[in-house]
Amino acid sequence: MGPVPFRVGVALAISREDVLHVARLARLEIPENEIERVRAELGAILEAVGKVSELDLSGVEPTSHPLDLVNRWAEDEPRPSLPREDALANAPDAVDGAFRVPAVGS
Amino acid sequence: MARWEPVIGLEIHVQLKTRTKMFCRCENVYLAREERNTRTCPICLAHPGTLPVPNKKAIEWTVKLGLALGCQIAPRALFHRKHYWYPDLPKGYQISQYDVPLCSEGSFVLPTEDGDREIGIVRAHLEEDAARTEHFGGVGGRIAGAEHSLVDFNRGGTPLVEIVTRPDVRSPDEARRFLQLLRQTVVELGISDAEMEKGSLRCDANVSIRKAGETGFRTKTELKNINSFKFVADGIAAELVRQEAAYERGDEIAQETLHYDPGRGTVALLRSKEYADDYRYFPEPDLVPVEPPQEMIDAMRAEVGELPGARIRRLETEIALDLAEGLVTSGRDALYARVPGDRRAVANVLMNQFAAAGIDPEGVNAEELGKLIEARDSIPRTTFDEAIAASGNGDFSAERYLGETVITDASELDPVIDRVIAANEAQVLSFKAGKEGVLGYLVGQVMRETQGKANPKIVSERLLEKLKD
Amino acid sequence: MIDTLRLTAEDAAGLLERKEASGQELTRAYLDAIEQRDSELHAYLHVVGETGDGVPIAHKDLVTTKGIPTTAGSRILEGYIPVFDSTVAARCKEAGLPVLGKTNMDEFAMGSSTENSAYGPSHNPWDPERVPGGSSGGSAAAVAGGLAPWALGSDTGGSIKQPASLCGLVGLRPTYGTVSRYGIVAFASSLDQIGPITKTVRDNALLYKIVAGRDPCDSTTVDLPQAVEIPEAEDLRGIRIGIPKELNEAEGIEPGVSEQVQKAIALAEELGAEVGETTLPRSVDYGLPCYYLVAPAEASSNLARYDGVRYGYRTPGDGDLTALYERTRWEGFGAEPKRRILIGTYALSAGYFEAYYGQAQKVRTIISQEHAAAFEDYDLLVSPTSPTVAFKIGEKAENPLAMYLSDLLTIPSNMAGLPGLSIPCGLSDGLPVGLQLIGPQFSENLLFRAGHALERALEFDFVPERLRG
Repeated sequence: MGPVPFRVGVALAISREDVLHVARLARLEIPENEIERVRAELGAILEAVGKVSELDLSGVEPTSHPLDLVNRWAEDEPRPSLPREDALANAPDAVDGAFRVPAVGS
Repeated sequence: MARWEPVIGLEIHVQLKTRTKMFCRCENVYLAREERNTRTCPICLAHPGTLPVPNKKAIEWTVKLGLALGCQIAPRALFHRKHYWYPDLPKGYQISQYDVPLCSEGSFVLPTEDGDREIGIVRAHLEEDAARTEHFGGVGGRIAGAEHSLVDFNRGGTPLVEIVTRPDVRSPDEARRFLQLLRQTVVELGISDAEMEKGSLRCDANVSIRKAGETGFRTKTELKNINSFKFVADGIAAELVRQEAAYERGDEIAQETLHYDPGRGTVALLRSKEYADDYRYFPEPDLVPVEPPQEMIDAMRAEVGELPGARIRRLETEIALDLAEGLVTSGRDALYARVPGDRRAVANVLMNQFAAAGIDPEGVNAEELGKLIEARDSIPRTTFDEAIAASGNGDFSAERYLGETVITDASELDPVIDRVIAANEAQVLSFKAGKEGVLGYLVGQVMRETQGKANPKIVSERLLEKLKD
Repeated sequence: MIDTLRLTAEDAAGLLERKEASGQELTRAYLDAIEQRDSELHAYLHVVGETGDGVPIAHKDLVTTKGIPTTAGSRILEGYIPVFDSTVAARCKEAGLPVLGKTNMDEFAMGSSTENSAYGPSHNPWDPERVPGGSSGGSAAAVAGGLAPWALGSDTGGSIKQPASLCGLVGLRPTYGTVSRYGIVAFASSLDQIGPITKTVRDNALLYKIVAGRDPCDSTTVDLPQAVEIPEAEDLRGIRIGIPKELNEAEGIEPGVSEQVQKAIALAEELGAEVGETTLPRSVDYGLPCYYLVAPAEASSNLARYDGVRYGYRTPGDGDLTALYERTRWEGFGAEPKRRILIGTYALSAGYFEAYYGQAQKVRTIISQEHAAAFEDYDLLVSPTSPTVAFKIGEKAENPLAMYLSDLLTIPSNMAGLPGLSIPCGLSDGLPVGLQLIGPQFSENLLFRAGHALERALEFDFVPERLRG
């Protein structure tokens, strides 16, 4: 019987700048009036998951894969590609056989 | 004035000419604009739920390239995800390699006049290429000022090997020669067409300078979008000039990404590197590690023949370095080896007249070409050039052209020379008045009269003798 | 008159085989039931009603189905119609199973109740004011509500086992790597698995057999070391079952749940099982924080492809490329995916990687080691599947951390890639209680054997009380 795994109620100090920085990295535009709410929520969750740093795992190897597989690959043999109509079928904006996007901007 | 030492490192991308893409089995083929998005599938379009499967050939060829570069082949290599945002990157990340690349710690030997220069190879790793974005509404298809872009995913997912050198390159010309020799190596390995104009060979340069004797490294700038060998040298040279001038003024160099404008001969800011990109690398969970089997390494090692650098070194014992380099990097050294005769003469002809005629060295009858070259001085120039032009034909025979002899006999030439002198009074007077250049015109007239068969040297001597009278 | 509430998949197969019902009649029966009850249960997002020779099946809406809308419960994939089939959908098709429809789910499989679906929650057939669990809540509601004989769900942190538990059904989370993820809208690549949600253990084994096995399109899959066995034995002789203290005595487990599970364990002993206490010292304490780092990190990466360029929702109105990305994603994703994307991006970002993601992957190793140690003394481990029975809609929706606790008992074994089977073992306050059996990798046959024997002895009636005729 151990302690509850999440220490609810103690928030990590994550700043507004941190939130905006991460939001930019994740390409999410947080409306101005929601930034504080997001900040508080993230702080609480980060504090809870930060519990993993309690353990001293200096000698431990990380697990990237549950199974110990290596050398999975395929022979260099072509398979049919999609007809262009299928490739563009779900495109929100397709023009001249290509996907159109606005310019990068200044 | 301080002596500044250039410190140059290169990052080269080689597009592999496998039949299929890196992580899906769409055909890997260069297509025109009209065929946009005709070689795509849910995987290279990054549809939800799709997963990558590596191209075995691409892995083999990366190992082969690594071996040719003297690298260690990793016993266990990983793929990593590299995250950034651009329409040509459909997953929002590129599958690449990070801290455990397939090849590392190699070196590339560049023969020079003063001995071998060893350029360190930090790593060679395997990754997928981005798609192609075309910009519209701006000037000249550039991003600046564009209104919208169109994305074509045909190229997306093509296998790329990224080679990173140590900052061991010490001059713009060395960078150019390194790149040319590297290109030749890659082409001979059969893994890529490596053409800068087509984008199957790309090069970025990291440039900094330091005072002679300094051991540390100063701030470097990144030079991108270089698309020819000449611009590699010119661009780096321009950047070196800029950095030197800045330091001499007492300014600092900022860590920036620049591009070279060949029209102006200057470098300009592409973007500031103040905030380094946070690529958020982590091991690709959809792929398992690659442990190149010994059989694969052995098989690839057996496919690596005598490398271009080594061949240049070998030829240098017979001919000058720049001739040797020229022959090897233009793919003519195999023919050179087959053509009998004086080494310098053969090399010269191959690099000059033969090169100008644009003949494919493969399939040339080396014996016959050798005979032709040997008779070079005793047949008319025009006949020789004609013969070279025909040397690529299957039925080429030197005999046909050797029949033409050069007229060297004065008794044959004198009547023609006299006729020319008589017919060109004005020029003769001009020459006697001091205009020595007119001699060339008179020689030319004699060559015309003899249908190019006269020996121009003898004609010139006889003319001079006669005009002195 | 086909009683879809009572009919198992095996029963349905029998009807078809003996020609007591046609494929059309069977599908018709389910369509009628859907018409009757789905407005209350909201199990389906899209009803297809295919007819065929095999037993009809419902697919969780993150299973890509060619020509059939696939939304993963999100607005950002509204209108997306795949041009390819996922491997599991293709295998079901090859086995002749017609598709009844696509079921509701928490958006991108992030949730434990379906309240995170962009299309509204599903309702528990045992009490429509309560949640069916999540994220495969739609599939569970469909099967328990007699709207499908069986269904596929997906499990990352417990999203098959927990809804099965809350709806009185059998749910298998298979060994990682035994069922292809190709075409499964990705959440957390190193954790996602597809598995069956059924009324009986035998049904579960039958469906697992159809979908399991190595797939060349998914590099992380393997062949099953043994063929799937449809269980027959009704005893547990020779099977050692361990009771990990931390899983069975965790804070937050309702007394009613504990009681039912303990009764079931006593029954297991009567059936011949050897039962004893064991320990997973840190797996439960650190499992949840570990999961809520690894899963969001991988999710932040897997969800980067939703950018409005190639498919799905795009923000209306003008703006540059960055605005396109930022607004499309803020508007298209619901609150929980956005939360997890931000957490995950943070965990992978420069400076934080080692402390968060790096550390969490090490915790995973510890969890695997602790389970392996327990399996040296026991063949299977047992615990409640969920700390609670089905909770009321809205009860936990406002508190993400409270919702995360629903996965407390299913997460640890998931982090180790281990299979787990949830079977209903009784009622508490009239609501189903699930028993979780955990086995070593590739122990599905043992799980089915033990689950089947217990199921027979428990005689749990899987038809919700309020719907019994």
